[in-house]
Amino acid sequence: MSEHVFGNPEVVEEEVDILIIGGGMAACGCAFEIMRWADVAKAQGVDLNIKLVDKAALDRSGAVAQGLSAINTYMGENDPADYVRYVRGDLMGITREDLVYDTGRHVDDSVHHFEEWGLPVWKQPGDEGKALTAGGKPVRSGKWQIMINGESYKWIVAEAAKKALGTERIQERVFIVRLINDKNDPTRVAGAAGFSVREDKVHIYKFKACLLVCGGAVNVFRPRSVGEGQGRAWYPVWNAGSTYSMAAEAGAELTLMENRFVPARFKDGYGPVGAWFLLFKAKAMNAMGEDYQEKNAHLLVEAGYDRYAEGHKMGTCLRNHLMMHEMKEGRGPIFMDTPTALAKLAETMTPKEIKHLEAEAWEDFLDMTIGQCGVWAGENIEPDKEMSELMPTEPYLLGSHAGCAGIWCSGPEDIPGTPDHYHWGYNRMTTVKGLFTGGDGVGASGHKFSSGSHSEGRIAAKSMVKFVIDNKDWKPELDRSVDDIVAEIYKPVRNFLEHKDYTTAIDINPHYITPKMFQFRLQKVMDEYVAGVSTMYQTNKAMLEVAERKLNMLREDSEHLRAKDLHELLRAWENFHRLLAAFAHMKHIQFREESRYPGYYYRSDHLAIDDDNWKCFVNSTYDRHTGEWTMKKVKYVQLIKPADDEPRAMKHPGANV
Amino acid sequence: MPTFVRTDKCDGCKGQDKTACMYICPHDLMMLDKDGSATGHAMKAYNQEPEQCWECYSCVKICPQQAIECRHYADIVPMGASVQPLRGSDSIMWTIKFRNGNMKRFKFPIRTTPEGSIQPYNTKPEAVMAELNDHSTLFTKGTHSCDTSQFSAS
Repeated sequence: MSEHVFGNPEVVEEEVDILIIGGGMAACGCAFEIMRWADVAKAQGVDLNIKLVDKAALDRSGAVAQGLSAINTYMGENDPADYVRYVRGDLMGITREDLVYDTGRHVDDSVHHFEEWGLPVWKQPGDEGKALTAGGKPVRSGKWQIMINGESYKWIVAEAAKKALGTERIQERVFIVRLINDKNDPTRVAGAAGFSVREDKVHIYKFKACLLVCGGAVNVFRPRSVGEGQGRAWYPVWNAGSTYSMAAEAGAELTLMENRFVPARFKDGYGPVGAWFLLFKAKAMNAMGEDYQEKNAHLLVEAGYDRYAEGHKMGTCLRNHLMMHEMKEGRGPIFMDTPTALAKLAETMTPKEIKHLEAEAWEDFLDMTIGQCGVWAGENIEPDKEMSELMPTEPYLLGSHAGCAGIWCSGPEDIPGTPDHYHWGYNRMTTVKGLFTGGDGVGASGHKFSSGSHSEGRIAAKSMVKFVIDNKDWKPELDRSVDDIVAEIYKPVRNFLEHKDYTTAIDINPHYITPKMFQFRLQKVMDEYVAGVSTMYQTNKAMLEVAERKLNMLREDSEHLRAKDLHELLRAWENFHRLLAAFAHMKHIQFREESRYPGYYYRSDHLAIDDDNWKCFVNSTYDRHTGEWTMKKVKYVQLIKPADDEPRAMKHPGANV
Repeated sequence: MPTFVRTDKCDGCKGQDKTACMYICPHDLMMLDKDGSATGHAMKAYNQEPEQCWECYSCVKICPQQAIECRHYADIVPMGASVQPLRGSDSIMWTIKFRNGNMKRFKFPIRTTPEGSIQPYNTKPEAVMAELNDHSTLFTKGTHSCDTSQFSAS
């Protein structure tokens, strides 16, 4: 249609029952589970119309796009209750144990399906070719992790999802940027709107329920690499905080948004260290060759953090804490001693086995962080001959890895002892009616990783079908007009077209801001005032006040974002989403007056971990009309008995809220 | 650490509306320069935002002409190295060239079943309406065993 040119998009309206927003592991899990339940709903006379919409292509969408070298959540011989203990220990005691348990009991089934579909899973000698379901013993790199040949992990999982849904139910390259509340019930979601990144089209969906699964938030902080290397984020650079931002704007309660993940990784390439630590038994050391974890153990006692450590068992953040101390004291670089580890393993091996071991070490990178191989090859580093530097990265907001930021969700009702404030009818539904999430979206339940995110999508699928059957006669009505929605979404395009001829330089114009400069402004504020790398992850009340003032001005200026083409419109909205995710992070850190996650961030004015007052969730809601955030404490309830080998803080019942 | 497209190899996916690299890039980086106005090379693809490249190699792996490679990020990595895959239907071959000329080659399996062969529901049970509100199971009924004595309330 020739009249639909840039700036005058065609409007495509569609009504479905369930919309899946995103294309990663959770979305694919949902796709697999939901069609089976749609079949039984149909037999009951409810014919569900389902659609998946994704800004990328399903085959390589989400955090697993590049592949993975391990599946980090697989119960196997372990009990899900022990998995809960591991997660709450790593995330400093405050965890929604109902959600974690629920993922734990379902996750192996997803992994078994991955293997059935064609994912190669490493087996112990003698069990090669024997499926997990037939008792084949996996190669564990840790208690919960199993090794895979995972280059095509996402490709395989996506194929199953596409086959389940059918291609007619999948819309790729449409970026959903806003949820729309219901006209008659503002606590309910009734639609979503976005645009094609390929054609001049705005897409508006109406639905009864949706699954919002667009990953975590990357590049909200200034990254350590600011040239070409800024794309080499540890987590995927396309995770733009869309999940948190769209949910917040729709009125959903967020939880533990103060949490973040700061992975300690191989420097610059951000290659994984898990296999090196766990499988190859490599050790990290400071510049003097000292094992700083042993040497600095007393620091935990002095700071009062030792309640959260039991021998070598401690939260990932506390490991960072010990490393960061060395760096602050000027005893860097921190090295991973790869030559000693490989030499030690080689002592008892044949030359053929050594060759195999070398291949495994490289595959660890090639399956998931190819860029790290580029760094090693460029610097002539061969891991059996030379050590490699480790470095804590810039902060990331996520809910599926060793972090637990996200949305406050209803959990399952069948876990004994679950308090009433943990569930309100539909598993994985947020506090907004009809809005469900999974993976990075579900807060206070980290360590689900790729497999657990897939399972969580499946859990949500079932629950959404029930929701829609229960609401089958309800009709969604959008709270604003189609014209208003189109104007909102295409604002950056209008800004550009209206003002572009005012100056001779397309990027320098007092009437608009480019998405790229907008992102730099956000990253500068977050880095310098909200505990980024430039302050060694430290902030305080006064710094946060400055940050809030600057972020408020940035939010005002988001009205002046420009988009000179559809690609820039994508970036404009991604960076708007980053801003709101960052804002939530800042408000939560401001509210929580303690340092719950030392090594992830420090409130230098409240350095203690204060269980009596702060062993609780912090939840927030955002009013998109006023820009106000409302903060509150929410009670933590322990559901799984403490075990003797857990850190002693796990016996603390939680703050009275 | 951006990917780049070789002018001598890219054929613009033979004039189709979109190229394989445009189809696959998770970050919407690859563009087909139809008339050559952006690059001086008509009907060839290019990476329009190199500093946003995650170097996930999705475009490198999918390119039918093997026209896409990576030049590791110029602000970090010394020149001269390369890491290049050749992805087949069941395995992937990697060639790593170090700055000093050393070479390493690896081959890893990627899939145990033929591409396109997945039948998600083939041997699977139907869902059962009565279990729609039962949180302890999904339709495949593969729930892990649970030691209920571990609950504080048990």
